[in-house]
Amino acid sequence: MTTKKTLSLLSLATAATLALGACSSGNAPAPAASSASPAPALSISEPWVKAASSGMTAAFGTVRNGSGKDITITTVTTPASPMAELHETVMNPSGGMQMRAKEGGFTIPAGGELKLEPGANHIMLMKLAKAYRAGDEIPFELKASDGTALSFTAQVKDFSGAKENYAPGGDSGEHSGHGGEDHSGHAQPTTSPAK
Amino acid sequence: MEPAGAGTSAGSSKGVRRRNLLLGGAAAGVGALAAAGTQLVGGAPSSSVAAETPDNGAGTVPFFGPRQAGIGTAAQAHGAFVALDLKPGITAAGVKSLLKLLTSDAARLTQGEGALADTEAELAFRPANLTVTFGFGPGLFRVAAPGRAPSWLRPLPKFGIDRLVKEYSDGDLLLQICADDPLTVAHAQRMLLKDSRSFTTVRWIQQGFRRAYGTEKPGTTMRNLFGQVDGTANPVPGSESFERVVFGDGANRSWAENGTSLVLRRISMNLDKWDELDRSGREESVGRKLSNGAPLTGVDEHDEPDFKALNPVGFPVIADFSHLRRARPEDPSQRIFRRAFNYDVPPGGPGVSDSGLLFASFQADVDRQFVPIQKRLDDLDILNQWTTPVGSAVFAVPPGCGPDGFVGEGLFAFA
Repeated sequence: MTTKKTLSLLSLATAATLALGACSSGNAPAPAASSASPAPALSISEPWVKAASSGMTAAFGTVRNGSGKDITITTVTTPASPMAELHETVMNPSGGMQMRAKEGGFTIPAGGELKLEPGANHIMLMKLAKAYRAGDEIPFELKASDGTALSFTAQVKDFSGAKENYAPGGDSGEHSGHGGEDHSGHAQPTTSPAK
Repeated sequence: MEPAGAGTSAGSSKGVRRRNLLLGGAAAGVGALAAAGTQLVGGAPSSSVAAETPDNGAGTVPFFGPRQAGIGTAAQAHGAFVALDLKPGITAAGVKSLLKLLTSDAARLTQGEGALADTEAELAFRPANLTVTFGFGPGLFRVAAPGRAPSWLRPLPKFGIDRLVKEYSDGDLLLQICADDPLTVAHAQRMLLKDSRSFTTVRWIQQGFRRAYGTEKPGTTMRNLFGQVDGTANPVPGSESFERVVFGDGANRSWAENGTSLVLRRISMNLDKWDELDRSGREESVGRKLSNGAPLTGVDEHDEPDFKALNPVGFPVIADFSHLRRARPEDPSQRIFRRAFNYDVPPGGPGVSDSGLLFASFQADVDRQFVPIQKRLDDLDILNQWTTPVGSAVFAVPPGCGPDGFVGEGLFAFA
C-alpha cells in the first residue's frame, strides 16, 4: 500500500504551529488536514533550507515514521536542484568530519524519527537551479523503498553555520571541506556530547 | 472578553519543552507537592513551600490573537526597541517574506521554543513573559502598501525642546522586544536580526529597564531615574478607557481594527542638573510627591489633583508650570497609554550620567492624542529644564494574527 502524505505548508506560521503542536504532544505526528485518519506513515516538522546564492546548500527538518514498521527513505527530489541527495556526516580516518551520500538511504524505525540538522544528517542540494534567499519556499519529495512518499515545502532561512558549500566541484559521492583542519560549523554539533 | 495579549500565564506548560517536563520539571513538581503535603499534615507552613512557585522564566504571554502582545501586557523588566530600515531594492514580496519569518520567530520564541534554525535554542527555553511587538514606519508602507499608511504616520511636528539625532529617530520596521529576563531579550533580538539581515539594516537599538521582576508588586507604577513615580494617570489595560485610548472607538478610529500606534521618544534626563534641585522644588516641578506619587493636594497616588487649591500666600499648590498640570488634558480624548522604560548608559561627557526615559506611548491616533499633549508640554513645562527629547519615532502597530497568518498580513490583503 502506498501512503502519500502531503503537508501543505501554506506559510511559515503554519510550520511554526506544526512544530509547536508536535512539541507539546510528544511524539505525536504533526497535525495535518486529515486529522481523523490514523498517524501518517511519514511526516516532517520544522523543515528549512539554508539560503545560498549558487552552488550547494542543504535542507533540514525532523522526519517521523508514524507507522508500525521500519521505513527506509531512499531518494529525495526537488525542483531546486537536479541533484539532491541524502547525506550523512561521518568521521574520516584522520578524525575530521566528512559528509557523504548515505548508502542505501536512511532507515527510520517504526514510530521513530530522523533528525536532519546542520553538522549531521541532511538533504544535500547540489548545482542549485538559482539563488535561494531567505523567505523563499522550496518543495521536496521524499520516497521510501516501500513506495511511501512525503511531500513538503521548506522555508529558506539565512544561516551562517554548517558550511556545506565549502568545496564545490567534488564528486557526487563525497565532498570534503568539513573535515581536516576546518571544523567550523560542521564537526562541532555532531560531536557534541549533549546530543 | 479579555483582549489578546493582556494576560500572562506564569508556568504555562505550553512554553516548556516536553522533555523538560518529563525529566526535570514534573519530577521537581512532584517533589514539591510531596513536600507541601508534608507541611500541610504537619500544620506548619514553611519556606520550602515556596518551591512550588513556578519560575518566572517559564511564564509565557500568548502570541496569536486579534491584537499583538506587548501593549496591554504588564510591562516586563527589560525592553529592547529595534528599528530596521529596508535595504534598497526590497520589494513588497520581500517585506512579506520578512514578516512571515519574523512572525514565526516571535511565535516560537515567546512560547519558549527555539526559532527555526536557532543555533542557541536553549536560550529560548526560558521565555520569561517575552513579547515581540511589530510596528511599521512610513518606509515599510511605501514599499509594501503604497497609499495605505495612516495620515499621522510621519515624523512628529518639530518641537522647540527637541534636540533630535537621527541615531535615535525614525525607521521602517520596529521590533519591541520585552521580557523579564535580559538574556531572553538578547537572544530574541539576535534571532530576529539574523532573520532580518537579508532584508534590512539596523537603524538603531534602544534598550531599557524597569525594576527587576519580583522587586515590587505587579501593577506598581514605575519610577524613572529622577525618582518620580511615572505613569500614574495611565489607563488600566482591560479597562474601557484603555480600549478607547489605545484601539480607538467610533469617534476616534484606529487605522486598523485592533491596530494602534507607537510613539517612541528618547528623553534625556539631566540627572546632574536635577541633583541641584531641592526636594520641594522637585515635587513642585511635577506637582506630585516623590514619596508615593500623590498629587501635592492629595494623600494617595491615585487621588484626583485639586488644581484650584491655593497655598497660604495665594499661589496654586499645583503650579501652573508643573508637569502634571501641563500634561493633563482638559479634553478627555487627548489621552495616551504609556509603557516606558528607563535607560542608563555610560556617560560620555563631563557629567556622571547619561540617563533618561524611553517614552513609549500607544494611542489610536497620533495626531489627535499624542501631538496636542506634546505641544502643551513644548509650550510650557518646568520639567523641560531637566529633560531633552533626543530621539523620536512613530510607527503604525498592526493587529495580531492567527496561527495560519503573519503580523502585517492585512497590508497584502488587496495587493
